[in-house]
Amino acid sequence: MDPGLLRIILDTISWILLTAGGFFVLVGGIGALRMPNLYTRMHAASVTDTMGAVLVLGGVMVQAGLSLATIKLAAILMFLLITSPTSSYALAHAALLAGIKPDAGSAADREVHE
Amino acid sequence: MTVIFGVFLLTLLVITAVAIVRTQNLFVAVMLLGIFSLLIAANFFIIDAADVALTEAAVGAGISTVLFLGALALTYEHERVVTKHRALSVAVVVCATLVVLYATFDKPTFGDPNAPVHQHVAPWYLENEPKFIDIPNVVTAILGSFRGYDTLGEVFVVFTAGIGVLFLLSARPGTGGARRPDNSKSSGIGLQHDLIPRIVGRSLIPFILLFGLYVQFHGEYGPGGGFQAGALIAAAFILYALVEGEQRTLEVLPKNALIALTSAGALLYGGVGLAGILLGSEFLDYSVLATNPVTGQQMGIILIEAGVGMTVTGVLLLIFHAFAARDQV
Repeated sequence: MDPGLLRIILDTISWILLTAGGFFVLVGGIGALRMPNLYTRMHAASVTDTMGAVLVLGGVMVQAGLSLATIKLAAILMFLLITSPTSSYALAHAALLAGIKPDAGSAADREVHE
Repeated sequence: MTVIFGVFLLTLLVITAVAIVRTQNLFVAVMLLGIFSLLIAANFFIIDAADVALTEAAVGAGISTVLFLGALALTYEHERVVTKHRALSVAVVVCATLVVLYATFDKPTFGDPNAPVHQHVAPWYLENEPKFIDIPNVVTAILGSFRGYDTLGEVFVVFTAGIGVLFLLSARPGTGGARRPDNSKSSGIGLQHDLIPRIVGRSLIPFILLFGLYVQFHGEYGPGGGFQAGALIAAAFILYALVEGEQRTLEVLPKNALIALTSAGALLYGGVGLAGILLGSEFLDYSVLATNPVTGQQMGIILIEAGVGMTVTGVLLLIFHAFAARDQV
């Protein structure tokens, strides 16, 4: 294939991935601000950790091509995919132990604070 | 592009700083301080100061957040509101801000090659570093050899700070102070009841240690060195303490071993300096350590970086244990 055309195709793919990743990060941010209580906010924020991170890093990997940078990015991605669900779990578990009820709407958070 | 990112990050930095000052919940303030450090680290990174960025991310965003949380566990979560002398402090802050703003008018513009900082000693270092030391990372060469006295001073500052914190926290708590009641039941257990964080945490520790050693010994070739590596290795042990309990961490690396490690690091640095005198040159001149002066310089830098790493690891872990053990005193 013509190398110029290949470059354009790769750029388009990485552009789509980066934009989609940016969209999910934005959605995660809006959700973290607007959702009614702790658990739903965490649910929104975890979109940033998973979909956002995978798509953005995927887009950067397409840009980097087959190089050492891609391997490093893959390692970072692996690390994020293991650690961020764990930290979300730890946070939710701690909140549950602290007595915040998952099913009581926004009232649950306030109860604990007061 | 760098300017746009820089302005964006610095704006976020100001917002975070204002939020830190305004919040009265100390827990929130600690979290915001972590964000502040991460933002400033990103800012260092986009202006190509990768070594400083790594230090700030490891120490500022990582370890100090844990130490602050350890301190918070011993005290109250909310700030005591002080209303006295408000006008005076506002006046002082406003005056200081105006002075700093006035001073920025005389600063060279961002990236100006004619700025004094690029004209003073920096060109000499860049030009002569391949001749004298010959390692790819000039920052490490400057830090370890050209400015070896400054780094020695930094190591002794860290060492002294560690001793100071140990003296303060090892004292038995008196009866008069305001201490948070009854949180002794949570201490010393770790996360042994909590399977997922425990398994993931334990499986991450070897990788963190490996990365710490990489940063320690790769400092001559890329960003890194003793300070960053010390913080990373200390972070691995702190993670172990969080998932397995402080007691088991002390079994792995007892307090006496930590004190020995801290002193040995500082002594190693000073010893390398004295070796320079004994071999017929000056304090902290590594050229005489080997027959070839360039090899001697490289050996000296590796040795003093090892000393820095040992002291930083030891001091950070001693401070962490001092906070964690405070409940049980």
